[in-house]
This record gives sequence, structure tokens and C-alpha cells, in this order.
Amino acid sequence: MKFINYLKSIAGVDVFPMISLLIFFVFFLLLLWYVFATDRKEILSLKNIPLENEDNTPHL
Amino acid sequence: MEAERFQYDNRIVRNFAVASIIFGLIGMLVGLLVALQLVFPALNFDLPYTTFGRIRPLHTNAVIFAFVGNGIFAGVYYSLQRLLKTRMYSDVLSNIHFWGWQLIILAAAVSLPLGFSTAKEYAELEWPIDIAITLIWVVFGWNMFATILKRRVQHLYVAIWFYIATFVTVAVLHIVNSFEIPVSFMKSYSGYAGVQDALVQWWYGHNAVAFFLTTPYLGLMYYFVPKAANRPVYSYRLSIIHFWALIFLYIWAGPHHLLYTALPDWAQSLGTVFSFMLIAPSWGGMVNGLLTLRGAWDKVREDVVLKFMVVAITAYGMSTFEGPMLSLKNVNAIGHFTDWIIAHVHIGALGWNGMLTFGMLYWLFPKMYGKPLFSTKLANFHFWIGTLGIMFYAIPLYIAGLTQFEMWRDFTEDGLLRYPNFLETVTQLVPMYALRSLGGTLYLVGFVVMMYNLYKTAVAGKLVANEDAEAAPLAKVQSARYAGEGWHRWIERKPTQLLVFSLVVILIGGLVEMVPTFLVKSNIPTITEVKPYTPLELLGRDIYTREGCYTCHSQMIRPFRFETERYGEYSKAGEYIYDHPFQWGSKRTGPDLHRVGGKYPHSWHYNHMMDPSSMSPNSIMPAYPWLLDDELDTATTGAKIRAMQTLGVPYPKGFDQRANAHLSKQAGNIAAELKVQGIETPSNKEIVALIAYLQRLGTDIKGQNNVNFGSETAAR
Repeated sequence: MKFINYLKSIAGVDVFPMISLLIFFVFFLLLLWYVFATDRKEILSLKNIPLENEDNTPHL
Repeated sequence: MEAERFQYDNRIVRNFAVASIIFGLIGMLVGLLVALQLVFPALNFDLPYTTFGRIRPLHTNAVIFAFVGNGIFAGVYYSLQRLLKTRMYSDVLSNIHFWGWQLIILAAAVSLPLGFSTAKEYAELEWPIDIAITLIWVVFGWNMFATILKRRVQHLYVAIWFYIATFVTVAVLHIVNSFEIPVSFMKSYSGYAGVQDALVQWWYGHNAVAFFLTTPYLGLMYYFVPKAANRPVYSYRLSIIHFWALIFLYIWAGPHHLLYTALPDWAQSLGTVFSFMLIAPSWGGMVNGLLTLRGAWDKVREDVVLKFMVVAITAYGMSTFEGPMLSLKNVNAIGHFTDWIIAHVHIGALGWNGMLTFGMLYWLFPKMYGKPLFSTKLANFHFWIGTLGIMFYAIPLYIAGLTQFEMWRDFTEDGLLRYPNFLETVTQLVPMYALRSLGGTLYLVGFVVMMYNLYKTAVAGKLVANEDAEAAPLAKVQSARYAGEGWHRWIERKPTQLLVFSLVVILIGGLVEMVPTFLVKSNIPTITEVKPYTPLELLGRDIYTREGCYTCHSQMIRPFRFETERYGEYSKAGEYIYDHPFQWGSKRTGPDLHRVGGKYPHSWHYNHMMDPSSMSPNSIMPAYPWLLDDELDTATTGAKIRAMQTLGVPYPKGFDQRANAHLSKQAGNIAAELKVQGIETPSNKEIVALIAYLQRLGTDIKGQNNVNFGSETAAR
């Protein structure tokens, strides 16, 4: 028996692909929305975390 | 608020760094030896402990878990303390983690050459070591999370997310893939069989690449590249997208290792689609790393640390472009089972992991020892010889891979295979293997130069074991969201939420792929002729896995004409239902063996194992003389049968009691047939069991077997 036979036996299986697609898109949309909605200043402070240590002796 | 004084623990960082260097040297030396064995088979030394099949896993495990593993921990312990402005939570846990991990490596270094192997690639270590890995991994996670909880910085920098995802996912992968049923101390059978085992194994195998060789190193990249360049990462926004997209997509990609195999088509397609999409986050990460250096490229000319990092990130970009391409079915048909894959993984290992580790070490040692690097000149020499080594390693293997494929599939005008003898397609590649060994040697020379350079740096200075630092204590972290705070910001400062979210994201892919394969019977159509292995064959199979035959021979005939012409009927999922573990293999330095049963007389196998070149002149296969002398260990036959019964293999009830009698009878028959063919051997030798197994392979669906266990065999 092909796998598709089992899929067909699930009631309302046709919404599954749509749900998957939505989860996928919503996940990335939320991510993008969040990323671009974040305050510029805050982003700047976050990206500077590694450089905050006062230790700036040259490594070479 | 008044600043608190505390000290960073540099000793643990130094310890992991030194361990990474020492085991890196050993792992690469063993790598060079296995590479040379393919050119000079005499280097197998006719000893069990030094044959290719046993020490190739030693090479892969040493490089992945000892060299890269210790490198990860060195980088994590250094950056975590500084990103969180706190010492590690517990020095005791740090030390348990360190010594525990080194003991595990030692156990691997002893047990793999001795032939204790689960025969699942990159997860070869036997069950007691698997348990030790789990415990030590928990210690690492405990120490990391406790450190995060006592931090003095509100937000968790993106590097730490990568560390958290690494911890969570590796834990899940290791536990799920290590479901095995112990038979005795240091012997177990995989809990999964055939297609399911293959799916779990490559879900694990690919995500070992993703979450052991990639995500922790991306975390290191996000810390050490900005540090070395003394400028922040190009885009923090991009790094957030990079993180979530990468872990969301990566976990689905495993089945691309099984294209055109007996894995159900839908799972193959899923693997392809997600692997292809992975190009986006991977390249996002690469671009982010490289553009961090925008406006500072002049520094790259001066600064050897940045040189190493640039090559590392470029190699990451190359292999993450190549990976998705190889996941397309038409490209995979070419690359799979060939040396192309070996070239591909070494761009990742030597280029991405190796070069980033070197860059990190050259940066760390002067910092920790308070002295400038002993010699920038030597470091530059290392950089160039290392880069050259990567090229000399990879390019010959790309050529070898394509040559192999072209020769495998070449037909004459009459429609016959142009190279019917597989060996012709191997001897053709030996010059490329020699060049590859040269590439490996160059890389190793650079490595040794680095060792000297770092050693001189260390002895010139003194380890700052406890580095003074001060930072303001963190006001109590509020658990609810602040007014106007985004949900992601909220998650970011809550490590537990980050852990749970990462876990959910990675579980989705794993579950969607695996659950249907386990629950829906139609995924593995049963074949009534397929019967369990006889006790003698089962023990022969254990010898096959012990000797690591899967490191060169596949047991998976793909549905291509050039494969079915050469090997016979293509492989069906239903033929593997009793294979604990599956042995499909991942590369063919030797021919596929799935239908080798009945192809040659017993005597051929006997002579071939004693001296492969006597049957196949110029063969590069090692000789296995000890199989002819060593007696088959039948003490655990009953336990093995019972273990198989537990796993659902339908031996009749009480068969474990009669198994050895059944075994002796079959062994006697084979010895008698060997005698007719002119070979006298006692029937209790290991070779007899191995012959029994090889002669059984792939014969079930031909209806040639009359397997009888003495009473009715329960239907599966």
C-alpha cells in the first residue's frame, strides 16, 4: 500500500498542507516583523556586547 | 550600583585548548594513515587493530569529538564568561566536564581499534561510552545554564543562543540515535532496523554536522570575529534571522543522505526541499561574518588571525553551497557513494572548523599568557601551507569522485558495462589518493608549526589562570515582559524559554520525518521470503560490523541501470527489516555487497580474506588473516538471539537454547563445502561465520534460501 492511502483515510487531510504552509510562513513573518521592528539603538547595544570588555590589549 | 570584582577562569579554557591541539594532532595523524592505506595497502600491517575499517572511525571520531569538540568547549568557556560578565558557575563542574570528556576520548581511542563498534557512522562508540557521553553532556549543560542564570548582563548575545541550541539538539540527537539493546559489556544492537535505522542514523549524522560542527562554531564566529576585528558584527538583525532559520531548517535535512535508496520517497523529497532552503540562512551567516570586516580589509592583510577566519568563513560558504546542491537528486546521483563526499566534508572540516579553531587559538594564547604571539611569520606560514593543504586535499578527491561516477556508469555500444570489474574503477583513483595524502601532510605540517608557535608563546609568558574583571551586578531580572518589550527580547533574556523554543523548533522536523516511518507500516513493505539471519550468519554479521566493512562497502543498490547491471536487482526496504543496525554505508571504495550472496564460491571468500590480491590483483583491500585463525566466540549466541527477539525478530520461542546447535550444523556444512573446494579449515573459525553472512546477503528475494529454525517462525 502506498503511503498516500493512509493520508487519504484522515478526515479533512486537505487542510494539513495549508496548515504546514501557514506555520512556516507565519514563523518567518513573525521573525522578520520582530527583527525589523526592533529599536535601532537597542540593536546597536546588543551587537556591541562582545566588545564591552575593557580588555583591548593587542593580540599579536 | 557599585561594581563587583570577580575573576574569569582561564585555566579551563587553556586545558580544553591544549586537549584540542593534542587530539587534533592524533586525529589528523590517523587520518593521514588511513589516507595512505588506500595508496599502500601494506600500511594496514595485517593487524586487526590497524586496519582501515577500524581506524577510519577512530579518525572521524577523534577529529569531530576530540579536536573540534575540545575546540568548542575552549571557545565556549572563554566567550561565555565574558559575554555574561561572570565566572563559570562551578569550577568543579568545569573540571568534571573536562576530564570526563578526555576519558571518553580515551575510551574511544582504545575501544575502536579493538573492534568495539556499533557500526553507525560517527556514533560508533558502544553503549557504556554512550552513557558516559550523556552524563558529561549534562554536566556541560548544567554548568552553562547555571552560569547564564548568575550573569551580570541583561541580554544573551546571539553567540549564546547558538551554544544553547547546540546543547539541546546534540542531547536529543545523541539519545535518540543511541537507542540500543546491550548484549554484553561493549556489545549492543541498534534498537531500530533497516530503513528506520537509516533514517534515524542520518537524521543524527547530518545534525551532528549541523549542531556539533556548525552551530557552536557559528557562535564562536559571532564572538571571535568581532573581537579579532575589534568591530561589531555586520548585522545583528541578520544574526537573529540566521539563528532561527538555521535551526528550523537544518533538522529536516538528514534524508538527503539517503536519496535513491530504499527510504520512502516522501521522506527523500522532504530532505531535499529543506536542504535546498538551507542555503539561505547559511549564506546569511557567511555574509554576516565576512561583512563584519567591511572597511577593515586592510587589517586582514596584516592580521593572521583574521586571515584564518576569512578562509574559515569562506570554506563555510563553499560547503554550505555544495551541500544543498548535493541534495538535489540529480547531483546526488553523481556524488553519493563517491569521493566527492569526502572532499565536501573536508572543505568543512579542514576549512571551516580547522581554520576557525586555528584563528581562535592564535588569538587566545597571547591573551591568556599575556605575551604577544611568539612568531607571526610562523603563523603566516601555517596559514599558507594550511590553505594549500586544503586545496591539495580537496581537488584530487573532486576529480576522483567524478572519475568514479563516470566509470561506474559507462556502457559500451553493446549496452554492457565498460568497466565490469569494480577494481578497475578503484586502481584508477590511486594517484588521486596519493595527492590527497600530500594535501593532508601539508595541512598537518602547518598544524605542527602552530603547536610549536603556541608552545613558545606559552613558555614566554605565564598563564593568567584567573583574570581579574569587574562589572556592575544585574538588578533582579524581571520575569514578566517590560512595558514595550518585544516578545523576542523577552525570550532572549530568559535562557529557559530560549531552550524550550529551540527544542520545539528542532523537534518539529525530527518528528514529522520519523513518526510516520515508524508508525505507518506501508513505508516498509514486507516481503514474505525475507527471513531472520541464522545464528551463524548473525555472528558473521557481528564480525562484519566489528571490522568496519561499511567504511568501504555499501549494501544499497540504487535503482539505476548501471547499478542493477553491476550488482543485480535494486534494494528493497523490506529486505532490511532484520538489520540491527543497517549497513547501507556511505561510500564505495569497494563494490556494493548487498547481492554478493552466491556470487562466488566459499573458497573465493576464504582466499580473498586471507589475501585480497590473490583473488583480485592490485586490490587495495586490507588482508584479514586473523579471521582464519581466531575461533568464533559462541558464548553470547543465546543472548544475541534473545536481544533480537526483544527487538521483534521472529525467532521461535526458546530458540536461544538451540541456537548454538543450529550454528554448529551450518558451520559444519560450510566447512565441508570448503573441503570439497580444496580448503581445510575447522568449522569453528570466524571466517566460516563471515562466509555464511556474505553468502546470505541479498539472496532472500531470489527465493534461494531455505532458512529453517526448527519450528514455525512467527510471521512479523
